[in-house]
Amino acid sequence: MPEDKRRNPVLASLSVLVMAALYGLPFLQIAPNRLVSGQPLYFSSIIPGPAWMLLVVLVALAAAAMFKPCAAWLGSALAVAAVSMPSLLWLAANQASVSLQGELSIARVSFGSAFWVVLVLLGFIVSSALQQLRATQLQAAAVCAALLLALGGLLASGACQDLSLMKEYVNRADDFAQTVARHVQIVLLALACTLAIGLPLGWAAHTHAKAGRALLPMLNIIQTIPSIALFGLLMAPLALLAASVPALGRAGISGVGLAPAVIALTLYGLLPVVRGTLAGLQQVPSAMVQAARALGLTDVQTLVHVELPLALPVLLGGIRTAAVSCVGLAAVTALIGAGGLGSILFEGLFANAQDVVLLGVLPIIALGVLVDALFNMLMGLARRRVRPS
Amino acid sequence: MMKNRFIWVALLLAALVVLLPHSAPLFTYAFPQLERPVYTQEPFAWLLWQHVLLVGVSSLFSVVVGSAIGVWVTRPSGGDFKPLLDSVLAMSQAFPPVAVLALAVPVVGFGELPALLALGLYGLLPVVQGTVNGLQGVPAAQRQAALSLGLTPRQCLRYIDLPLALPVWLSGVRTSVIINIGTAAIASTVGAKTLGSPIIIGLSGFNTAYVLQGAMLVALLAVTVDMAFEKLAQHVAWQH
Repeated sequence: MPEDKRRNPVLASLSVLVMAALYGLPFLQIAPNRLVSGQPLYFSSIIPGPAWMLLVVLVALAAAAMFKPCAAWLGSALAVAAVSMPSLLWLAANQASVSLQGELSIARVSFGSAFWVVLVLLGFIVSSALQQLRATQLQAAAVCAALLLALGGLLASGACQDLSLMKEYVNRADDFAQTVARHVQIVLLALACTLAIGLPLGWAAHTHAKAGRALLPMLNIIQTIPSIALFGLLMAPLALLAASVPALGRAGISGVGLAPAVIALTLYGLLPVVRGTLAGLQQVPSAMVQAARALGLTDVQTLVHVELPLALPVLLGGIRTAAVSCVGLAAVTALIGAGGLGSILFEGLFANAQDVVLLGVLPIIALGVLVDALFNMLMGLARRRVRPS
Repeated sequence: MMKNRFIWVALLLAALVVLLPHSAPLFTYAFPQLERPVYTQEPFAWLLWQHVLLVGVSSLFSVVVGSAIGVWVTRPSGGDFKPLLDSVLAMSQAFPPVAVLALAVPVVGFGELPALLALGLYGLLPVVQGTVNGLQGVPAAQRQAALSLGLTPRQCLRYIDLPLALPVWLSGVRTSVIINIGTAAIASTVGAKTLGSPIIIGLSGFNTAYVLQGAMLVALLAVTVDMAFEKLAQHVAWQH
C-alpha cells in the first residue's frame, strides 16, 4: 500500500500557523483602565532578537515528524508544544508585571488574540501528536491533566496577579465560589428533574410504541424553541401562579429566578434523555429479553437486571448530551435572574469589560469539558460491563 | 397533516406580527400595572426581518464554508486532518453559543458584526458534522461501482456521494439554522436589533408584556423554520 509513504502534514501546518499568529497578531493589550481598549503589544517586542529560534525548533520537529513519523520526532514535537503552553501563560504574566511597573493600579494588561490563537493551536498539536503516536485514552488523559494542572497551578500561584483576568477574579473572589456553586446547583436540579421525568417517559415510549411516536415530535418542538424565548414564555404563567397561590410564592416559585430556569432546562434535557433511553432499550437483543422471561423473571426484574444494564452505554450518551448542553444553557438563565456564571458573563458584556466576560466564560467551558469527560468515563465503564474483554 | 401544520404555524406568525401592534387593550388587561404594554421602539415586522437577515447571512456562510470543510476532510488530500477535526467537534460541544457571542465582542466590538461572526462560526459545526456523517454513510460498494464504471473521483463526488449524503447534510444544516435563530435572539445583548430586543429590554425594565411578545415571535419563527426543514427533509427522502 502506498498509504504508508504518505506524509501527514497536520503538525507541520499547525506549527507554521503558530509562528504566523505569534508574529502577526498582538500578544497582549495594555490599557490605562479596564474600560478603554488597549495598545497592542507584539510577541516580537517582548522577546527581541533571536526568539524566533525557539519556534524554529518546533517547526523543525514538526517537519521531521512529517518526513519520518517515528515516536522520537512525534514525541519531541509533543513535548515542545506541551511545555510551550504553560510557558506562554508565564510569559504573558511576567510581561504584565514588567509593563505595569510605574503605571497606575487601574492599568490593565489583557491577553491579545495571538495568545488565544497560539494556545489553541498548541493544544491541537498536542492532540494530533497523541493521535499519531496512537496513545491510549489513559495516556491522553494523563497529558491533558498534566497540562491543565500546569496552567491552573500557574494561575493559582499568584504569578499571574498582574493580568487583568486575575485582577477581576480578585475583585470578586469572595462570591466567585458561590457563583460557581449556584451554576452547578441549577444544572444539578435541572438534571435531576430531567432524569426523573425523562427515564420513565423513555421507558413508556419503548413499551408503547404509539405513545412514543406522538411524544418525540412534541419534545422536538420544545427543543426548537430558543432558550431565551422559553424563559420568557414561562415567566408570565409562573408569575400568575405565584400571585394566585401565595403558598407557591413563599416556596420560591416566581416568574424570575430559579423556578423558570430549572423548568426550562428540564424541558430542554427531555429530548436527548428520552431519545437515549428509547434507543438504548431498542438495541437490547430481543433474544436476551425472551431468555430472561423464559427463566421466569418478572417484567420489573427483566428491566432492572437485563434491559437497563444493556441499554446503559447508549442511555448514558443521551444523558451526557443533556448534561453538557445544560451547563451551557444555564449561562442564559442569568438573564432571568437565576444567577450562576452567566451573571458574570452578562455583567462583563453590558459593561464592555472583556476580562469579566472571560471570567464567566472560562469556568463554563471548563465545567462543560469536565461533565463531558466524566460521562465518557462512565460510558467506558458501562461498555466494559456489558462486554467484558 | 404535516403540510397543514406548517401553513398554520406560518400564518400564526404572520398574524402575530400584524396584530401585536394593535394589541394594547389586551396587554393592558393582562398587565394593568404597565404604562407601555406593547413594544413600540421598532415595528415587529422590521425586527423579524432583521432577525431573518442576520440568521440568513450567517447561515449562508456556515453552509458554504462548513460543507467545503466537510468535503475536504473526507477526500484523500484532507484526510490527515480528519482526526483533528473530530477532536475539535467533540470539544466544541462544551462551548455554549452564548460564550462564542460574548467572546466575539472584544474582537469586533458591539453591534451586528459580533452577532454575524459568532453565528457564522458556531453554525459551522453542525454543518461540518452533517457533511462528514453524510459522506461517510455512502456505501463503499456504490462508490466502487461508480469508479469501476469509469467515473473520475470528481464525478463520483458530484453524482454519487453528494446526492446520497443529502439527507444527513440537510439535518446538519437544519440544526445549524435552528441554533442560529436562538443565538440571534440572545445577540440583542451585544447590540444587534433582533426579535430578542423586546425580551432583553423587557427583562431589564421588568416589563413582562415585552418579554412575552418577543418570546412568542422568536418561538414561532423557530418552529416555522423547523417545520419548513421537516417538509424539505420529507421531500428529499421521498426523492431517494
